[in-house]
Amino acid sequence: MNMIQAINSAMDVMMDRDPSVIVMGEDVGYFGGVFRATAGLQAKYGKTRVFDTPITECGIIGVAIGMGAYGLRPVPEIQFADYIYPALDQLVSEAARLRYRSAGQFTAPLTVRSPFGGGIFGGQTHSQSPEGIFTHVSGVKTVIPSTPYDAKGLLIAAIEDNDPVIFFEPKRIYNGPFNGHWDRPAENWSKHPGGEVPEGYYRIDLGKAAIVRPGEALTILAYGTMVHVVQATVEELGIDAEIIDLRTLVPLDIETIEESVRKTGRCMVVHEATRTSGFGAELASLVQERCFYHLEAPVERVTGFDTPYPHSLEWAYFPGPVRIGQALKKILKD
Amino acid sequence: MTADAVRPNLPPLSLHVPEPRFRPGDAVDFADVEVPPAGAQPRPDTAAEAASFHELAYTLVRVLDEEGRAVGPWNPKLDPDTLRKMLRDMALVRAFDERMFRAQRQGKTSFYMKCTGEEAVAIAAAHALASDDMCFPSYRQQGLLITRGYSLVQMMNQIYSNKGDDLQGKQLPIMYSSREKGFFSISGNLATQYPQAVGWAMASAAKGDTRIAATWCGEGSTAEGDFHSAMTFATVYKAPVILNVVNNQWAISSFSGFAGAEATTFAARALGYGIAGLRIDGNDALAVYAATQWAAERARTNQGPTLIEHFTYRAEGHSTSDDPSQYRSAGEPTAWPLGDPIARLKQHLIALGEWDEERHAEQDRELAEMVKAAQKEAEKNGILGHGLHQPLDSLFDGVFEEMPWHLKEQQQMMIAEEEASGRPWARKK
Repeated sequence: MNMIQAINSAMDVMMDRDPSVIVMGEDVGYFGGVFRATAGLQAKYGKTRVFDTPITECGIIGVAIGMGAYGLRPVPEIQFADYIYPALDQLVSEAARLRYRSAGQFTAPLTVRSPFGGGIFGGQTHSQSPEGIFTHVSGVKTVIPSTPYDAKGLLIAAIEDNDPVIFFEPKRIYNGPFNGHWDRPAENWSKHPGGEVPEGYYRIDLGKAAIVRPGEALTILAYGTMVHVVQATVEELGIDAEIIDLRTLVPLDIETIEESVRKTGRCMVVHEATRTSGFGAELASLVQERCFYHLEAPVERVTGFDTPYPHSLEWAYFPGPVRIGQALKKILKD
Repeated sequence: MTADAVRPNLPPLSLHVPEPRFRPGDAVDFADVEVPPAGAQPRPDTAAEAASFHELAYTLVRVLDEEGRAVGPWNPKLDPDTLRKMLRDMALVRAFDERMFRAQRQGKTSFYMKCTGEEAVAIAAAHALASDDMCFPSYRQQGLLITRGYSLVQMMNQIYSNKGDDLQGKQLPIMYSSREKGFFSISGNLATQYPQAVGWAMASAAKGDTRIAATWCGEGSTAEGDFHSAMTFATVYKAPVILNVVNNQWAISSFSGFAGAEATTFAARALGYGIAGLRIDGNDALAVYAATQWAAERARTNQGPTLIEHFTYRAEGHSTSDDPSQYRSAGEPTAWPLGDPIARLKQHLIALGEWDEERHAEQDRELAEMVKAAQKEAEKNGILGHGLHQPLDSLFDGVFEEMPWHLKEQQQMMIAEEEASGRPWARKK
């Protein structure tokens, strides 16, 4: 299974197990979604459980909140993360706070799926990484898988979760191996992501990171597509880095991060999102607060730039082996 | 720069900025408000096509005439007991509002909002809905809770954010929530409840339930995108929902013209969406009841949503933080041509021979006593500002179902801070 198929399988498994799970969004019904993530679900579960919606993200999320309050478990799709902004008020002011403001009388158990990130020549409206906006909000969980296996297990856990979850899917690796970057075609990129995905039910608990490669020289924190870019770069440069795939940003697996940084003494954060106030800033700050006396070098950040996503120059924006390699040299020189 | 762009052979464009008819100091004359005779409007079948509602979206459906008689096809022909109960609920809300407004002025709470002049909107609707239909209200529908028998003491506990507050002091006063009474948690962000109500109604329909949803927003917030998103969803899926727009003429200090009222009615918004639209006299409890009952039947028989514009008037300020004398004529509330909803229903019952002034005055006294007693009871649980009534560490409860490490850490930090401060604040047991 590739990641799309794994995500489809997760929804299939959950719709089969729980009649309260419903799937909604633009084009998700008959057509099965522009990325085919919901293909076949309407035929299997019917039009009242899998349906197309009008093009109004604010409406999709607002309606999903009402359905959640009724007792359903909606899995709304926002076709591209770039289009989540019209729904921001419903997510931030409503879904995220409903449990708190009603003292638990009403909850919004939504799982908002949305493809995010660049690398597909999607320009400024199909490439953004808005995860930092959601990690800043109290009351929503933010989940980002990097492999088909994780995508399925995490999505199942997200759907079962009683809190609102933003589930960002790295579309660059939706369809399998990822084997190029303009500045550096790296042979071994094509090995990732991979892995077998079981057909049935399994879950990966939210809040647990994965150590995708153990190492001693430094700790690299990444998520989504960047896990693979980092892995390929590290392997090609022959650096003994410990790579941690965060998998969920909120709640964050701080224990795994701390343990690793205390061991290696160095930490680098890699994400595609813009740099200023990005989630990397939070990670760098947490590491500094908790591991300062173990650090042998400042925490290094490798990120996208503080510009809108540039269409023709997207490979200059996307953090690749050269940018990561330079940062590695800098952090390892002491 | 702008002037350079003007071409001398073309007339200059001008920008229209709406302005209300009357400002402070102006004499008020509402002669231009069209008030059609009561009983003159047709009552279509609940299965009628949405396109046939043109007339009903522009006129005013009225039942009570100037003499207090109930006339015409919209007369819901309610029995005297129901009429008296509606009148009592409306008077109770007014008494409650009076007392809580004063409590805010006495510094017992931070904030309050009255619904004076609009009591019929929520109360008559609550009488027409089934008790388990789900309501997604705005902040001026406290009448729903009163009608559904929610305890006055609980309402006051919420207003005082005291230790008896069901919402653990986490919400602004009057932003009630009662799952048990089918009253959804109120948001301060406007019209967000509109798509939520539609979603609830869609879920009910998808599950083959029999319950419907109703929602309320002010005319000002029909300008929000959420309103239009909700209308689209409601019509697309024929959601069993009643969409109420409470046109009380004023959105804080912005008159209804800033929401588009100069160009059309709010009920007419429905037409473009293919939704049945009714514009009704919101100060006429019987018209509100009849329209709600009609829309509920339409929803329950899978004929889809109805938008009801309640044409009414906000007789008092927007909230305790507002001073309406700064932006509107003092004469407006009394000159309002549709009168006072309580006075009109009272007049109707008296005309029927089912009520009299003495009984009304006696009821007002009794309700005032009842509210006063409830206030005493609620104040035993504390008032806002006199210390904290919630255990300090409950501040972190309910952000998530289970508390993650970062909140636990922050909770510990806060407790350590309090220990260092020596302030006498309670903890959870």
